[in-house]
Amino acid sequence: MSNNPLSRFFGWFFHRSRGDSPFKTLMIHATLIVACIIAVYPVLRVVTISLRPNDTLLTTDLRIIPENATLDNYKEVLFGDPEKNRQSDFFLWIWNSISVVAVTSVISVILAAISAYAFSRFRFPGREAGLVFLLTTQMIPAGMLLLPLFIMIAKLKMINTSLGLIIAYAVTSVPLTIWTLKGYYDTIPVDLEEAALIDGASRVTVFTKIILPLSTPALAIAFLFSFMGGWSEYLVARVVLQKNEIFTWPLGIFTFAQQFTVSWGQFAAASVLIAIPVMALFLYSSKWLISGLTLGSVKG
Amino acid sequence: MENENFLRKNLPAILWIAVLASIYFVLSSLITPFAAGITLNSKIVVERLQEIGSFLFAILGGLAIIEIYFYQIFFREPLNQTSRIITRAIQIVLGLLTLTVVIYFFDLTDLIKLGDSAFSKFVYMPLDLFTDLQKSLISSKIAAKDSGKIIAGIILSLGILALYAVIQFTSRSKNSRVGLAYLLIMPAFIGTLFLIIYPFLFEIKLAFSNASLGTQATKNAEYGLIYGWDNLKALFTGSVAKDAKFFEVFWRTILWTSINVTFHTLGGMGLAILLNRPLRFKGFYRTLLVIPWAIPTTIAAMALRNEFDSRYGMFNIILGNINTWLTTVSQNTENIVGIGNGFAWLAATIGPVSWKQDPVWAFVSVLLANIWLGIPFMSVIILGGLQSISQEYYEAAEIDGASRWQQFRNITLPLLRPVLTPAIILGVVWTFNKFDIIYLITQGGPQEKTDILVSSMYKAAFQFYRYGFTAMFALVIFAILFVFTLFYLKSSGGLKSATE
Repeated sequence: MSNNPLSRFFGWFFHRSRGDSPFKTLMIHATLIVACIIAVYPVLRVVTISLRPNDTLLTTDLRIIPENATLDNYKEVLFGDPEKNRQSDFFLWIWNSISVVAVTSVISVILAAISAYAFSRFRFPGREAGLVFLLTTQMIPAGMLLLPLFIMIAKLKMINTSLGLIIAYAVTSVPLTIWTLKGYYDTIPVDLEEAALIDGASRVTVFTKIILPLSTPALAIAFLFSFMGGWSEYLVARVVLQKNEIFTWPLGIFTFAQQFTVSWGQFAAASVLIAIPVMALFLYSSKWLISGLTLGSVKG
Repeated sequence: MENENFLRKNLPAILWIAVLASIYFVLSSLITPFAAGITLNSKIVVERLQEIGSFLFAILGGLAIIEIYFYQIFFREPLNQTSRIITRAIQIVLGLLTLTVVIYFFDLTDLIKLGDSAFSKFVYMPLDLFTDLQKSLISSKIAAKDSGKIIAGIILSLGILALYAVIQFTSRSKNSRVGLAYLLIMPAFIGTLFLIIYPFLFEIKLAFSNASLGTQATKNAEYGLIYGWDNLKALFTGSVAKDAKFFEVFWRTILWTSINVTFHTLGGMGLAILLNRPLRFKGFYRTLLVIPWAIPTTIAAMALRNEFDSRYGMFNIILGNINTWLTTVSQNTENIVGIGNGFAWLAATIGPVSWKQDPVWAFVSVLLANIWLGIPFMSVIILGGLQSISQEYYEAAEIDGASRWQQFRNITLPLLRPVLTPAIILGVVWTFNKFDIIYLITQGGPQEKTDILVSSMYKAAFQFYRYGFTAMFALVIFAILFVFTLFYLKSSGGLKSATE
């Protein structure tokens, strides 16, 4: 090994393992870079379009930062356009989405945290049937039950209310969450509880003082799962919600996307505003999310 | 001293509240100048919170009443013969009350129609009592008009609680081995009963009806086996939504599922193998590669839908640029035999595509979008599996002189199976059912040439309002998936490992 900076750089970059030749390492990097470009470029395009001034929305330009980049689209999406006397529904949509999805997630995590414990620790008649049932519900699509649910929600006069959508989302969210949490509880050693039970603690104490604190990460994952599941849902929301005042954001920005020439820029700006926090949260929590996936659904 | 402890104990909570409050104030002061342009206001927020709050309160109250009921069945034992009779009587009355409420719910949502029989009078009795109570409360000015329901509800619950108290005081505790388990699953059980089993029964009933827009959904619908047969016949011989036929859509669904899952698995496997080695910038690559998974699907689909535009979409711009380049090259190489013709041929073949009008290209466009979205998930799952394979196997194989392909074939694949099989099976089921991409990008068009089964079903229900037909359609799709799931469970023994 010579000490000149160039060969040190090569030594650092090629970082040999399992006898990969420098050429092979280079090819791997090249392939990965191409894959990354394919993965990222369409997303960057959205950012590009959001920055375009309104008069050059329709160009065949492929650059990432457009000419005369402006933030006008963002301003209009967020705060409306007083000159054209147009109000912005952006915050309303976000609020509608949050209130529906957060409540669904809270309900399903609470229900699941309790019942998954029973499925994980008790042996009772009907347990296996219950588990098979939960597994089957994961296999059947949410769209399958959409029609009867829609009629049911309509008869309960909950069309165009957030409650109707909460009910519709809970259908998929509750079984999935139970399944995920059951998988996690199974990994907590039973010895801990048995020791506490011998010391005279009741089952309820064991559950609240040992199991729940130990499974905080899993509860967070389950919450996040169920939140992500409902957050960008479009098809069910479209059926249950038909008025602009109650739209969740996917329905809202679809009204932009429909008018291709008019509001492509606004659609892009709204997308960027929504996607950035979600993607940041996702990338930050992806490690735990993946462990949650392997715990729950993939365990099959 | 005590004060200090209190402060110390609650400092994190106080800080959190302070931070949240300051965020709120900063945000609201930032937004206030623009408030005129924003439709969200505090009135809407408060109304929504009230709505959801009362909903949650009602659910909680209902669940509490049911839980106490079963708690007393499992954990309380009457002291003597008289109290046994009283207890059982109360429990039977309360059980009947619950039953009438359930039947009333069925009637309300049209699962069954009670009409005007004596039985319906019996079912409506508790509810009539409730409304009478409400009315008398309002007329005697105890409750205001809009809070009558709530106060009547509270009085009713207090009454039930009093009955529970009677049982509680005339009984002693007893042990139950499984009682707690049933109490714990009760809320989720009631939830699934209401959310899954009931809609499913309802769907079966709808499948044997002629419900449609003309019958005002279930209001004037008629039920009978003949309608079920008609729906089934219409499904297999008629059109599933408007133009497309069942088997055409069925084969397209199979094609859609198999192409997607193949590409997801191969792409995911390729990326995972590339990433599963010591490599510079690995974390960086990984972060960038999961972005298609991280971006909300709706946004990705709508953005891609615009990118498939024939003039201003990125795909056609890129293809157009390639075409221009190829044309120039072919003009410059005209005189070279072989190559010139080759480039001319390429220039004539590769070029902008009408993604929206041509059925084949429309299907390719949705496939491209879904493959792009799905690869990261698979690669992350497979990477997890690869990392759990010990390096020692490979070292041993290397010593034995095994080639890279042999190592992959005989070590990686078998050891990856426990991760790969369920991921692929779930991938198949998910892709089979996943039509948001299709719906958002092509809406099934042109002429339903990109529809799959589930998207046709969605359209049949919510675009063409063929309710009875859709319910039968849903049952057929369910049967297909059910057979597939059973097959999977049998072959992998997944059920056993799940319930153990």
